[in-house]
Amino acid sequence: MILRQRPRGVIIIVMKLLEKLGELSLYYINQIGRMGIFLVLVCINIVKPPYYKISYVTKQIYLIGSLSIFVIVFTGVFTGMVLGLQGYNTLSKFGSEGFLGSAVALSLIRELGPVLTALMVTGRAGSAICAEIGIMRNSEQIDALECMAIDPHNYIMAPKFIAAIISMPLLTAIFDVVGIFGGYLIGVVQLGANEGAYFHSMYKNVEYNDVSMGFIKSLCFGLLVVWICSAKGYFVHLERKGGFGAEGVSRATTSAVVVSSVAVLVFDYFITSVLL
Amino acid sequence: MEPLIQLIDVRKKFGGQEVLKGVNLAIYEGKTTVIVGESGKGKSLVLKHILGLIKPDSGKVLVFGKDMNKIGSKELKDIRSHFGVLFQNAALFDSMTVFDNVALPLRERTNASEEEIKIIVNEKLNLMDIEYSNEKYPAQLSGGMRKRVGLARALVLNPKIVFFDEPTTGLDVAKSNEIYRVFHRTQTKLAYTAVIVSHDVPKIFKLADYVALIHEGIIQDCLTPEDFQTSENPAIRDFVEETMGLIYESEHVEG
Repeated sequence: MILRQRPRGVIIIVMKLLEKLGELSLYYINQIGRMGIFLVLVCINIVKPPYYKISYVTKQIYLIGSLSIFVIVFTGVFTGMVLGLQGYNTLSKFGSEGFLGSAVALSLIRELGPVLTALMVTGRAGSAICAEIGIMRNSEQIDALECMAIDPHNYIMAPKFIAAIISMPLLTAIFDVVGIFGGYLIGVVQLGANEGAYFHSMYKNVEYNDVSMGFIKSLCFGLLVVWICSAKGYFVHLERKGGFGAEGVSRATTSAVVVSSVAVLVFDYFITSVLL
Repeated sequence: MEPLIQLIDVRKKFGGQEVLKGVNLAIYEGKTTVIVGESGKGKSLVLKHILGLIKPDSGKVLVFGKDMNKIGSKELKDIRSHFGVLFQNAALFDSMTVFDNVALPLRERTNASEEEIKIIVNEKLNLMDIEYSNEKYPAQLSGGMRKRVGLARALVLNPKIVFFDEPTTGLDVAKSNEIYRVFHRTQTKLAYTAVIVSHDVPKIFKLADYVALIHEGIIQDCLTPEDFQTSENPAIRDFVEETMGLIYESEHVEG
């Protein structure tokens, strides 16, 4: 009797596993679909009238950009200092300390500047965007906007998207400049590398393509972070594990930060491979 | 008379559970229609269908003769521009002051100057007796005041239809009466069509032109308050007895 029951039990377990797998796949396909439609709707609302007010965009630039400057300067200067330290010690083994400036600048401009800025903005502003929109969703404020014939894609999302796309390259530029200064502090002032060689190698080796790659990356990351964080908040009620109440918003915010950070690193590889 | 809003055989399922099993309802211009029923039976869901926030699995929701499922976003926006909604928890924007909350529809949907907006908002706040709370934030207001701000915001563009989702839930008797008085005063003045979802029976009957009972996923009937209370429909009779009957029976029977 036990022998006869065993195959049926296995079939039931396999069927349940398949059912779960199907359910998960459907959920994620649905999520990708609605996030795609969300992005298209926001982009349409950015370009077509009625236009959002400039004051809404400047307010968001202040919240996403200006308030992130301190964090960016702080992380930028320390990143540059570490690069200066590591770079000097490595290059001095080959007697190439003269290339320290270009090593620090290229690492920052092409790679570390856009990526670390995006990660910092995700942690500081992205989480705030997700939580704000999630709470608006759960307290029916977004429903209220729709019922007042005010499109939330236009009123809430468009200014945030524009602000993120404007702020991210500017923050990245600040990060790069401060990082180069941090590398100078350690490499030249503390460890005694030649000052002229530091700036001359930078001037010689950093090309327009390097700067444009960093700029394109920061634009893409800005869009990626604001898209994922606002969509996670906007669809908080459709979260798989239940997006209701404070716990739902906190879960969505955590997920927004994790997904954005991973997406930045993944897209960094793809953008680099396309632009190189 | 042609109904302003009509629901025809509206069905909606959540998961495996069918909450609306063929709702039929007509709402007429200038009248107050109250939808009553037990909690969790789909009263607010009916409202969300009319507002276009939820799409039915099957059936039609006609507003001004247009099917809400078949219209584009522009037409939906046009229809909603005639709506005013007072949500159950007022749904005020918590990072804005009372003034900014009420002014929002004017700023976003009209070309009125700040001076004109100030006059209109103050007039609406006066109508609600809360003109002194202009600079306060929603978190600094009591439940009753929040509802009045929500109503002021709903009425600021003089809508044709105003929806009330449980307007007195969570309020004490005095505050509930105050909301009803404000409702009566504003409706007399602005002559809007009202759709109220409520379980505040029998008080709500005094304001209603029609009362509709939702039970077991369908509208059992939509009648005048007098007819509703004497209806022979078993579901309505049970509801009337449950909500208006004695709470306990006395042991001492006179006689």
